[in-house]
Amino acid sequence: MPSLILSTAARYLLPLLLLFSVFLLLRGHDEPGGGFVGGLVGAAAFVLVGIAAGVDQARRLLRVDPRAALAAGLLLAVASGLPGVALGRPFLTGWWVTLPVAGGAKLGTPLLFDLAVYLVVLGAALTIVFALMEE
Amino acid sequence: MIAAVASGFALALAAPWIVRRAPAHAGWMLALAPAAMTAYLAAQVPAVAAGSIATAATAWIPTLGIALSFRLDGLSLLFGLLITGVGAVVTVYAGGYLAGHPQLGRFFASLFLFMASMLGLVLADDLIAMFVFWELTSVSSYLLIGFDHDRAEARSAALQALLVTAGGGLVLLTGLLLLGQVGGTFAVSALIAHAEAVRGHVLYLPVLVLILVGAFTKSAQVPFHFWLPSAMEAPTPVSAYLHSATMVKAGVYLLARLAPVLGGTTVWTALVLPVGAATMLVGALLALRQTDLKRILAYSTVSALGALTALIGAGTPAAVEAAMVFLLAHALYKGALFLVAGAVDHETGMRDVSRVGGLRRAMPLTAAAAGLAALSMAGLPPALGFLAKELLYEAVWPGPGGAAWALGVVVVASAALVAVAGIAGVEPFAGPAHPTPRTPHEAPPSLLVGPALLAGLGLAVGLAPVWTAQPLVASAAGATLGAPVTLALKLWHGFTPALGLSVLTVLAGATLYATRSVLRRDAAWLDRAGRLGPAAWYDWAMRALLAAARDQTRLLQSGYLRTYLLVVVGTTVAVTGYALATRVGVRLPTALGDVRSYEWVLAAAILLAALGAVRAPSRLAAVAALGAVGYGIAVVFILYGAPDLAMTQFAVETLTVILFVLVLYRMPRFARYSGTAARVRDALVATAAGGLMTLLLLAATGFSLERRVSAYYAESSVPLAGGRNVVNVILVDFRALDTLGEITVLAIAGVGVYALMRLRARTR
Repeated sequence: MPSLILSTAARYLLPLLLLFSVFLLLRGHDEPGGGFVGGLVGAAAFVLVGIAAGVDQARRLLRVDPRAALAAGLLLAVASGLPGVALGRPFLTGWWVTLPVAGGAKLGTPLLFDLAVYLVVLGAALTIVFALMEE
Repeated sequence: MIAAVASGFALALAAPWIVRRAPAHAGWMLALAPAAMTAYLAAQVPAVAAGSIATAATAWIPTLGIALSFRLDGLSLLFGLLITGVGAVVTVYAGGYLAGHPQLGRFFASLFLFMASMLGLVLADDLIAMFVFWELTSVSSYLLIGFDHDRAEARSAALQALLVTAGGGLVLLTGLLLLGQVGGTFAVSALIAHAEAVRGHVLYLPVLVLILVGAFTKSAQVPFHFWLPSAMEAPTPVSAYLHSATMVKAGVYLLARLAPVLGGTTVWTALVLPVGAATMLVGALLALRQTDLKRILAYSTVSALGALTALIGAGTPAAVEAAMVFLLAHALYKGALFLVAGAVDHETGMRDVSRVGGLRRAMPLTAAAAGLAALSMAGLPPALGFLAKELLYEAVWPGPGGAAWALGVVVVASAALVAVAGIAGVEPFAGPAHPTPRTPHEAPPSLLVGPALLAGLGLAVGLAPVWTAQPLVASAAGATLGAPVTLALKLWHGFTPALGLSVLTVLAGATLYATRSVLRRDAAWLDRAGRLGPAAWYDWAMRALLAAARDQTRLLQSGYLRTYLLVVVGTTVAVTGYALATRVGVRLPTALGDVRSYEWVLAAAILLAALGAVRAPSRLAAVAALGAVGYGIAVVFILYGAPDLAMTQFAVETLTVILFVLVLYRMPRFARYSGTAARVRDALVATAAGGLMTLLLLAATGFSLERRVSAYYAESSVPLAGGRNVVNVILVDFRALDTLGEITVLAIAGVGVYALMRLRARTR
């Protein structure tokens, strides 16, 4: 039974939850958070839409197949380990650059790796949930 | 050299793409690469013949003393030229033979995977690297035999070849590891320097036997010979390349390569020579009985491999020289005959020699190539095969290294092979024409060039051995013997006993050929004997294995989730509990310590929720109660300063409840199915599991943990990884490889659930 309150709330909660999940991902290196919990929150956002407005709507809003997110995450995880190898260090050795903007923001391969974790968690959770919802 | 091997693997990746772009000319284009490698290797011949040895190495696992080291000496060069040269010919041939096949790209990918592996195998100087390439050839052979995977025969033949050769490979690995231990190094070139110590070592016999089993399975020696005729299910170019010219000779190569280390002892000769001689005889006799062109050639290949093994087993300079010449001659004529067999099959639609005939009129050029190759196979002058057979007879002539019984075996087998040469190379083309499923035409150029080239080479080398093969063969024999040899190949040896035996062999072979129809009709007892042979043992072993697997699956995999849970939880409790009680011991705390009031409240809430989950009247209520337990635990994490854990726990709990609800949706109405006894049992198991976890936790907190580890992480987090959240830094930096493994498992689990759901949806 579709609930008006839930579907209306889901419309507004989706962007907020997604924003929050990215926030968790980005702050993870220094504060509580990270790719795993970020991915779970992101998945929860789409699950909420799926429950409120149907799985088709959730799929449309996600735009990509969750399995693609999953595969992209795994590829990215492996790719983020390669710069270390290219520099003659062990696989997955972190490599950082300091950007000359915003007071020296840092970018590094561990961030990419965390993004990969985010994508895999999101992709795996949604693959399972969507499959169950469509059954 | 590393580049040559690596480019082969790169070609395997690129081949499907090239085939898609230019399907009509893919064979010719792709053949350029092996042809170029052949030219490169041929250019090395003068230097190698003069005694220089090229090496190249790159570190692989330095801590174990394993390197990707390559070494190009005479033996490697001879094999390398065969691999790349026959490889180029077969590539052109396959482009025509499988023209228009939708899977041509996959075929070439497997073929080049094999070529690169085989090249790596013969160039490798490191035993472990050699073994890896060795197994890669088994794997690619599996893919190629089973190329036509819609047919059950092709699949079972591929599996048979894989099980026999890869099983032998495992034995070989044990032998190589032992050899590395005994000799103190994995480098063959260094082992040769320690040969005396290896041969005198107490482990010499186990090492030798293990390595020989590996070599014998790969080179189809009795009693492992049965996989090779079955492997004829492969497309003909594969049979010509892998199962006659190259892969099956890997075992012979290994024997020759390790002869300077392990050979020269009485045990070596006593083990290798009889097996080779038996294989030579069995292969030649069984070949006479076949009518399928490819099986005839397969059995005669078994025979030739036996001869090579026996010669290396004898180990005298004359024997090793004969082996190298025979190796070259056999690769040329057998490759050509296989390709001819494929052309006959391709043009007529059948390859039963008793039912095709008179093809010389329709396929004159193919017939000429077949005749030339058969000439060499029969050992008639002036082909290279004649030289090889003369040397063979001289090597086994009674005297040093020879023996009367060995000479007898060689004469009988050679006579049979003369007849087989006639059956395979002459019979389809001679006599009156028979009707065939397809009207025969001359083969297209791509199918002609290969046999003509190989057969022509056999003739050219036979006519002018000094200019062509002599330096190569001499340096290959030198590498096997561990000492330089001076070899003078010539067609005319004078009136020697060997010449007399040659004449005798040809006469006997011609008689056998003339009476072939009688043999086919009246020697059926050979087939019956064959049915009791190793192929039957293999079938029996496979059936026994499958039956054992079926029975244990029925026992362990009942298909009931409740049984699995019971077994898993019960086993964990029993095993962990036993270790905990006997090894660790638990000290129960005597005082509760300082417990805050809100902690009491929280504990009570968690307990109540757990009780609610057990007593719930519906599944939904149980799931909700379980979720409450999870949230309670998350609050505990917060109270004890683990916000990361708490957040993750909250999110996981939420998603778990949603997943449960989605699944529950589809389940039948809730009811009590189990009786009181079952429920009591379940309660006991659950209580035991919970109690065990409690004890485990108490034991863990009682331990004085290695403080340095957590202190190291806490201190190095910022300076080494630039992050203040230690948990996250450990996950994505310090222990990123573990995380990579975990997300891979997660991904597989996700795809697995998806596949199961889809499968269910389709079967309904």
